[in-house]
Amino acid sequence: MKYTFPLAAVIALVLIAWIGSQIPGMQYLFGVAIPYLAMAIFVGGFCYRVAHWGKSPVPFRIPTTCGQGYSLPWIKHDKLESPVNTSQVVARMFMEIFLFRSLWRNTKSEVHPGPKVTYESSKWLWLFGIIFHYSFLVVVLRHMRLFLDPVPGLIQFMEYGDSILQIGAPTMYLTDAGIVLGLLFLFGRRLVNPQVRYISLANDYFPLFLILGIAVTGILMRFFIRTDIDITAIKQLAVGLVTLQPVITHKIGAIFYIHLFLVSVLLAYFPFSKLMHLGGVFLSPTRNMANDNRMRRHINPWNPEIKPHSYAGYEDEFREFMVDNNIPVEKELPPKAED
Amino acid sequence: MAVVNKDKLGVSVAAGPSLMTGSIPRKPWWEVPAVFKPGNYAYPAKKEKVEYLNEQPGLHFPNAREWNPEEDDWKLPENWEEIILNGIKERLDKFRSLKIFMDCCVRCGACADKCHFFLGTGDPKNMPVLRAELLRSVYRNDFTLAGKLLGKMAGGREMTAGVLKEWFMYAYQCTECRRCSVFCPYGIDTAEVTMMIRELLHLVGVGINWILEPASNSNRTGNHMGLQPHTFKDNVDFLTEDVENLTGIKTEPTFNRKGAEVLFITPSADVFAEPGLYTAMGYLLLFHEIGLDYTWSTYASEGGNFGLFTNNETMKKLNAKMYAEAKRLGVKYIIGGECGHMWRVVHQYMDTMNGPADFMEVPKSSVTGTVFENAAASKMIHISEFTADLIKHNKLKFDKSRNANVKATFHDSCNTSRAMGLLDEPRYILDHVVDDWVEMPENTIREKTFCCGSGTGLNTDEIMELRMRGGLPRANAVKYVHEKHDVNMLSCVCAIDRATLSGLMNYWVPEVEVCGLSELVGNALVLEGENRQELDEGLRTLI
Amino acid sequence: MYDSGKIIPGLIIFVLFITFPIWYNQFDAGAAPKLEMPTEAKQCVLPAAEMRANHMKLLNQWRDEVLRDGDRKFFEIEGKRYQKSLQNACMKCHTSKKKFCDSCHTYASVSPYCWDCHLAPVE
Repeated sequence: MKYTFPLAAVIALVLIAWIGSQIPGMQYLFGVAIPYLAMAIFVGGFCYRVAHWGKSPVPFRIPTTCGQGYSLPWIKHDKLESPVNTSQVVARMFMEIFLFRSLWRNTKSEVHPGPKVTYESSKWLWLFGIIFHYSFLVVVLRHMRLFLDPVPGLIQFMEYGDSILQIGAPTMYLTDAGIVLGLLFLFGRRLVNPQVRYISLANDYFPLFLILGIAVTGILMRFFIRTDIDITAIKQLAVGLVTLQPVITHKIGAIFYIHLFLVSVLLAYFPFSKLMHLGGVFLSPTRNMANDNRMRRHINPWNPEIKPHSYAGYEDEFREFMVDNNIPVEKELPPKAED
Repeated sequence: MAVVNKDKLGVSVAAGPSLMTGSIPRKPWWEVPAVFKPGNYAYPAKKEKVEYLNEQPGLHFPNAREWNPEEDDWKLPENWEEIILNGIKERLDKFRSLKIFMDCCVRCGACADKCHFFLGTGDPKNMPVLRAELLRSVYRNDFTLAGKLLGKMAGGREMTAGVLKEWFMYAYQCTECRRCSVFCPYGIDTAEVTMMIRELLHLVGVGINWILEPASNSNRTGNHMGLQPHTFKDNVDFLTEDVENLTGIKTEPTFNRKGAEVLFITPSADVFAEPGLYTAMGYLLLFHEIGLDYTWSTYASEGGNFGLFTNNETMKKLNAKMYAEAKRLGVKYIIGGECGHMWRVVHQYMDTMNGPADFMEVPKSSVTGTVFENAAASKMIHISEFTADLIKHNKLKFDKSRNANVKATFHDSCNTSRAMGLLDEPRYILDHVVDDWVEMPENTIREKTFCCGSGTGLNTDEIMELRMRGGLPRANAVKYVHEKHDVNMLSCVCAIDRATLSGLMNYWVPEVEVCGLSELVGNALVLEGENRQELDEGLRTLI
Repeated sequence: MYDSGKIIPGLIIFVLFITFPIWYNQFDAGAAPKLEMPTEAKQCVLPAAEMRANHMKLLNQWRDEVLRDGDRKFFEIEGKRYQKSLQNACMKCHTSKKKFCDSCHTYASVSPYCWDCHLAPVE
């Protein structure tokens, strides 16, 4: 099955970190060396990929217009869906990147006897997509409390907001529930929706399982498997990592190393996978270009030197017919022989 | 090709086992080969057409030959895999869109049921995401690290003859309508992918005649129909006679006239066949009534551009005639007629490819004084923009009752809506020329409009069933307003639509006819000095 | 065209954002919090490792038993009686909130809501 291999792969990763981190001396490999390597691959790979995209030009201005273009002054211009200048493009991109504007449009179509084609609004993917992505973002930002000393007020506030329900101790995070819920929905629809099931590849299941693994190990570590989970020791390691003087002062539970190892794998996998949509969404030519094609000329750096079939050649072929039919010509017919 | 019975086809669409009706194929898509049989593919390009195009400076159409898609051997060049892979590399380096669209898809499936071909056929490979995967799998295999290391495991696929055949089948079951790109969270545009696949296929001599023959005609005679200058002029002259008989007005169009203020270019189909002819009558009447100083051109007598459906070089070469002719004739600006893909080229490609048009002036209506800022660089405006401006300034007098036989709805062309944003100008015009008209359902109009099912050179008869399936979503929306509001006329601003929707309506909703917007304009126009007959069917009345 | 004027600054912002902890901490790992341990008591209600990991759960459990179930029974460990109370048990030995509780909590940015109800000792 398309999802068994990715599932097995994630389980194998868990086992590697679990067993590996218990071998004396290996803590530095899993706690320091691999995270450094993963981060280097992530930042380097991400920049390389974006630069690689950037090396190819955008030869044509091809925005997808989703509303009335800029036209006559009395025709209401849809500035967000058919932007005509940079600030409008920025607004459109904001809607796209931060609010998932295009997914908001989603509909579900069905064919009924008749045949009758129907469309209904379907915003589930949008909703769970938003829940997943924003939960993930907040989770990542929240983790900065372990990397920053002293912890900035903004991070503290985020922490406060995320645990506002004050359920249990340590307090439950809303985003923990959000990210798991989001992932389960995204996984579930790959199983249940026939169309999505058919198009899904191992490449689609692997990151889902991997991120789910990260979320689950994180939740287990915080709430359930707390043996040898000393937040002070963990923060010392985390701050040590980002100040280039990592230390592991105490024994830290295996669950921590599993969590960290899965995060490392995610970072290293990121630049080589579909997860690069994070960068790509900024560069999509159908969204980030202004619909001002007829107002400002767009330059194609490799515009080939191609001339049309010339008018002269055209007239040469058809001159006689043109003259006979009173179509103006550049060159008159040669005098006929018998004249 | 005989077309399957409508009821049978309807049952097949709604109840036949397909991914659209919920049954998942047993085999993964990469194990399902493309099988060619009569009726499911458009005929290959004729050898002499390919040869002609290959001889044209700047164009490259190798491997002209007789071949048959139904046979195993497509007579590809010996090193065809290498040609294709090099072609992909070259295009990755030239088009950022291709790189982004290859890398960013997460297969969320939002595009899946947005494609009219998928809705009509239920064929999984007609889901935009899978259409792109046909190319993406090869890209992953040969151009990404993951694919090179993990191959199949990373979703990679080797370039084989089977893959090439799949490309041919599904790149010609896509009309590059861009509806999927409206819904894609990353704006992935399958039109770009299809264009790339079609370009690649031409590198090894795989193309269809319905596209390459018009393209070569257009290069030689100036228009897709292959009308030579005198024939083109004759056709327009016939129309002027008809117009005179109907209205008593003698319009006097000119051809290739130097010093005219405006060059008018419209798809040649408008002077060639019904119902486009009536649209052309509308143009003649409108321009006559306002006394526009304009000329037609027999050299640039084609608004459409089948190069768009071929490769960017051919598109550029065919399009270049517009500016070349405008320059030769010394016009101030160009007005373009009603056409969808023509406007994709004119709006999004022309200035980049063949500009700058600094030999013309920013379009300024001599009647209203309006300066068309939105065409300040390209110097070409759409007939609907021009007409809407005239109406706004009360320069035209209409008698809506002349269109009383019509209860209209309006079909947005894929290209003018999603690649231009021309949505409200035609609606404004419609408001002024008919008593009443209704919109089709919300999810089938404006930027969400459905293709006629036969765009990008697929309006050929041998694939009629496919066209009727692809056009079903559009036809269905028309049927809805026909049944609910007695709509009997589908108006549009596209020449391909005028041809293909007529067939589509005839099949699915025979009570509804198709017209160009300018036909309704011309018919409702109260003309100075007219001597109008009793015209029950407007400009279509036979006298 | 290439948009290098946007892509390069964009990438720089991205890298700065990702590496923010490096610039923020300025290569100074700071000192790990030092707890002031009680001088007299030698033993807590649970072993130190367990307390480190689970003290918050224990406090929560006490809170629930005492306030919600009215179960104010004392409990005994190795002959010593303890009340289920933050202030009457824990803080009998760990007398300073600032020097004990806060040192770790501040370091790890944990803000337990004990002190929403309990009055923090004046220090």
